[in-house]
Amino acid sequence: MNYYTPFLEVTKTILDAGGEDLKKCYQCGTCTAVCPWGSVREFSPRYIFKLAQHGLEGYEGDELWLCSTCKTCVDRCPRGVGIIDVFTSMRSIIAQTGLIPPTLRSVLGSINSNGNPWAGKREERNIWAKELGLKNFSGETTEYLYFSCCAPSYDPRTKKIAVATARVLKEAGVDFGIFGKEESCCGESIKKTGDNTTYEKLLNSNISLFNSKGVKKIIAQSPHCLYTFRNEYPAHSGNYEQVHYTQVLAELIKGGKLKPKKEFRKKVTYHDPCYLGRHSGIYEEPRDILKSVPGLEFAEMIRIKEQSFCCGGGGARMWMETPKEERFGVMRIKEALSVGANVIATACPYCIQMLEDGRTALGVEDRIEVMDISEILSATMF
Amino acid sequence: MDKPRIGVFICHCGTNIAGKVNIEEVKKYASTLGDVVFATDYKFMCSDPGQELVGKAIREHKLNRVVVAACSPLMHESTFRKVCMLAGLNQYLFQMANIREQCSWVTEDPELATVKAKAIISGAVAKSRYLEPLNIKEVTINPSVLVIGGGIAGIQAALECAEAGNKVILVEKTPSIGGHMAQFDKTFPTLDCSACILTPKMTSVGQHNNIELMTYSEVKEVSGYVGNFKVKILQKAKYVDHSKCTGCGICMEKCPYKAPNEFEEGLAQRKAIYTPFPQAVPNKPVIDKETCVYFKTGKCRACEKFCEPKAVNFNDTDREIEVNVGAIIVATGYDLFDTRSVSQLGYKKYDNVYTGLEFERINNAAGPTAGKIQLKDGRTPKSIAILHCIGSRDKNYHEYCSRVCCMYALKYAHLIKEKTESDVYNCYIDMRCFGKGYEEFYHRLTEEGVDFIRGKAVCVLDYNDAKTLYPDMVEALGITDSEEDRKKLFVRTEDTLLKKTMWLPVDMVILCNAMKSRSDAKDISRLLNISIGKDGFFLEKHPKLAPVSTATDGVFLAGACQGPKDIPDTVAQASAAAAAAISLVQRNKVVIESATAYVNEELCSGCKLCNDICPFTAISFDESKNRSVVNDALCKGCGTCASTCPSSAIKANHFTDRQIFAEIEGLLNL
Ligand SMILES: Cc1cc2nc3c(=O)[nH]c(=O)nc-3n(C[C@H](O)[C@H](O)[C@H](O)COP(=O)(O)OP(=O)(O)OC[C@H]3O[C@@H](n4cnc5c(N)ncnc54)[C@H](O)[C@@H]3O)c2cc1C
Ligand code: SF4
Ligand code: SF4
Ligand code: SF4
Ligand code: SF4
Repeated sequence: MNYYTPFLEVTKTILDAGGEDLKKCYQCGTCTAVCPWGSVREFSPRYIFKLAQHGLEGYEGDELWLCSTCKTCVDRCPRGVGIIDVFTSMRSIIAQTGLIPPTLRSVLGSINSNGNPWAGKREERNIWAKELGLKNFSGETTEYLYFSCCAPSYDPRTKKIAVATARVLKEAGVDFGIFGKEESCCGESIKKTGDNTTYEKLLNSNISLFNSKGVKKIIAQSPHCLYTFRNEYPAHSGNYEQVHYTQVLAELIKGGKLKPKKEFRKKVTYHDPCYLGRHSGIYEEPRDILKSVPGLEFAEMIRIKEQSFCCGGGGARMWMETPKEERFGVMRIKEALSVGANVIATACPYCIQMLEDGRTALGVEDRIEVMDISEILSATMF
Repeated sequence: MDKPRIGVFICHCGTNIAGKVNIEEVKKYASTLGDVVFATDYKFMCSDPGQELVGKAIREHKLNRVVVAACSPLMHESTFRKVCMLAGLNQYLFQMANIREQCSWVTEDPELATVKAKAIISGAVAKSRYLEPLNIKEVTINPSVLVIGGGIAGIQAALECAEAGNKVILVEKTPSIGGHMAQFDKTFPTLDCSACILTPKMTSVGQHNNIELMTYSEVKEVSGYVGNFKVKILQKAKYVDHSKCTGCGICMEKCPYKAPNEFEEGLAQRKAIYTPFPQAVPNKPVIDKETCVYFKTGKCRACEKFCEPKAVNFNDTDREIEVNVGAIIVATGYDLFDTRSVSQLGYKKYDNVYTGLEFERINNAAGPTAGKIQLKDGRTPKSIAILHCIGSRDKNYHEYCSRVCCMYALKYAHLIKEKTESDVYNCYIDMRCFGKGYEEFYHRLTEEGVDFIRGKAVCVLDYNDAKTLYPDMVEALGITDSEEDRKKLFVRTEDTLLKKTMWLPVDMVILCNAMKSRSDAKDISRLLNISIGKDGFFLEKHPKLAPVSTATDGVFLAGACQGPKDIPDTVAQASAAAAAAISLVQRNKVVIESATAYVNEELCSGCKLCNDICPFTAISFDESKNRSVVNDALCKGCGTCASTCPSSAIKANHFTDRQIFAEIEGLLNL
């Protein structure tokens, strides 16, 4: 026979680690019912929170690592609980004890030795840009820093999107430069693993680099980097004007400085990345770009904008194993197919990878393509 | 004025003050202050013996200034002013020093609290030296009462006042009184027929000799002050002369033009000439100018042709009527949360998703389906989900609990069970059945076989969307592609007691949306100078001790305009507001505050700066003298004008510059 009693000291450690909001939860179940995991398996953030409110064993189980930080629940929570913050703080407590999932351990190792989570060499950081003739960033001569995210340097699929973006930006006459191997991962996903020490190291190394080189404005390829520059860097004296590349391109198109030339005769739907949409409130610019492309037929899916369905790659899920039948990417591809799209466009390197994976897992490579907005634009330009 | 003889009375307030402040030390300190001839302390100064102690000391020590160091003046200033008066001292020679709210309650360190208490008392003593006696002012009271809003709250309040012999002017915006209650079929928890209990009251209002009912009207301007309000009312053109109209209804039959019927929540239509519902009071029509084709094309006038008593009058115009009243009762009720703002719930997107009020009409014998609970295509539903807390208890919309929704949700569950064979699911977060007979009603419903699911419902999908997004689920629930199944709605929630995400395939969804403040609440608040709380509803003067009063003397609150409430609470509050209004107007005279501002004519340059700045519009301009004048009865003594006047011509009595400077010096002079 087990006898249960609350263990509020445990609760207090969670509150102290940044999980203050845990106190607000009144157990309505909204988070569980809106969470994308509910479509593929059982997962109740509410239940984990109740355990944590009591300080009972069980909150620290494997499920703690499921949250992809998509923010669907945060936007709907009637008590305004910062659910992601609560999860992150619980993860940070576990991280301190070293009990984080093994795959994440190697990611953190790679960050510590190479400054990126992909187990790629630091020297190869800008390999994607080799043939493009881009200039190195310097505060005196360059307006924007273009921050490509780590993925394009080490992942062949996402390499293409950085290339496409850089070519289009160049064509439009945007004055930008890049950093070489000194630059590190923005740290967004690392924070979500709960390893605050590694995370802060990254933050500080990037900020001192940016500040010493006189960075004022940043164009981010990935919404995850954008989010971090916007919400985390300023508190560590990293104050920059940050924009997502779709914002820059939409503005150029609107002002007539960039014009999609060739026809793109395909039916395209758009997947809102969580970190671009819900986290950053950018919904219209990517759509405006798509709608400006001649010949392109645009179709919306059912779950769009604030209600977009997560690809599953956030919250460091990118580096964790998910059984095939539980992958969100698969569900999203199905939804895209249901509206008759033959291209699913998006604007985030993680989404690209997760959707590509979904497409392969479903075996529908012949029916639908996954493309970044920049790739579509580039296809109509060159 | 005689040399000041100041008495200082320090209250322990049980341990509220004495628990932090060293009373003995403060008392000793107080007796050393200049002109203080007596200082003492007592456990509860506001108690009878405490008051007696003050009175006795005034007489014995010939005190001509009294300082009580205790709580906030909001609590007990009037108590001690009375004590002074009874002891023969002008009440304005009294000064309160707040050492509770501003000191003992908010200071952690007892030593610092003691230091602060001394400073506060020193300030009060210093100010008291310069206090001046002021005349007590009285004004006469107009015995009429204005009631704004003719829902059950306004009806109840009007009847109570009228029965007490006061003349009542009841202003209702729509063509009939009745409010929301008139739309209901049954009322929880007793399930009385709403019309049966409401109609007799409505008729009494229509017939009462003391009540002047003005429907299709709105209050446009209120000036004056407690006991003497001047009110401008806009009577909208009805285009039907109600003194001639017999209410035969032939005009409505003949009118060829239709609009969505507001009373039926848009589920049915009404004519351009209409009464909102059959039992309307007055039961005589108005013409809705927006819908009537005559106003657009100059042709038709069918109603006029058939009206025998020649009551239709296309030349009718809006009129402004001015009335004088002594008290005002606000009873403007509530609006409902717009369910479309939670787009995930499919309201107005899918058929058979209804709001609470829509369901009231569907279930009402006099409603669009003659009381038959049915789906849009006429079928009887076999399963219905009732979703609680839509727009309430939710920081994204309204944080407050809407209080009635759990109960009306139970009412619907019961009515559905009574009339159909349908399964009923109630998705709730917490059941709030706090009223008399409410918990018993909840118990009854569990016995009637309602399935209660503890979890907030988060989304509703129709068959097509569910099939696209969750094909496995649709299949697993045994949903086929039969015509009937293709009209299903799918509700998603977590059963938090089971830790299971549930899907409910149902035929109908009822959204229990929150009561919220009227969309024009701000206009009314400006009109009457009353405040609005954080929740959007009108703010009572004190949540416990003055629940029907407002910050403006003579203006009272009744019903749901003050916060979500059910009918029993609404009626109780309406009776209380009526009692407060009656007790005010039947006094004939009322004492008004003398701590007001006045303009020194010799100094006033006539610049008029103060005229616009006064938040209570208490200052007017006397053109003949070219000077500004403060209306005593309107002035609240806020001092805004005094600090604005560039010629220093305005003096705020009881808060003169000299008094304020002395208080500051006293505070600092430790
Ligand atoms: C779906 C639903 C079901 C309910 N069922 C029950 C039940 O079964 N039992 C129960 O006890 N309670 C029930 N309630 C609660 C009940 O509706 C309220 O308690 C009651 O109606 C409040 O009455 P009221 O007069 O304050 O407001 P209202 O009924 O809103 O009446 C206000 C009146 O003022 C008028 N008005 C508004 N603004 C102005 C203005 N500026 N000038 C002039 N007139 C104006 C309006 O036209 C209206 O006639 C239910 C509520 C809802 C939403
Ligand atoms: S939605 Fe918010 S309040 Fe509701 S269970 Fe989840 S965290 Fe708690
Ligand atoms: S952030 Fe997204 S994945 Fe995480 S619990 Fe909330 S809804 Fe689920
Ligand atoms: S026809 Fe004339 S009398 Fe009859 S209801 Fe209409 S306006 Fe009144
Ligand atoms: S003291 Fe305030 S209320 Fe009185 S007249 Fe001056 S501004 Fe108006």
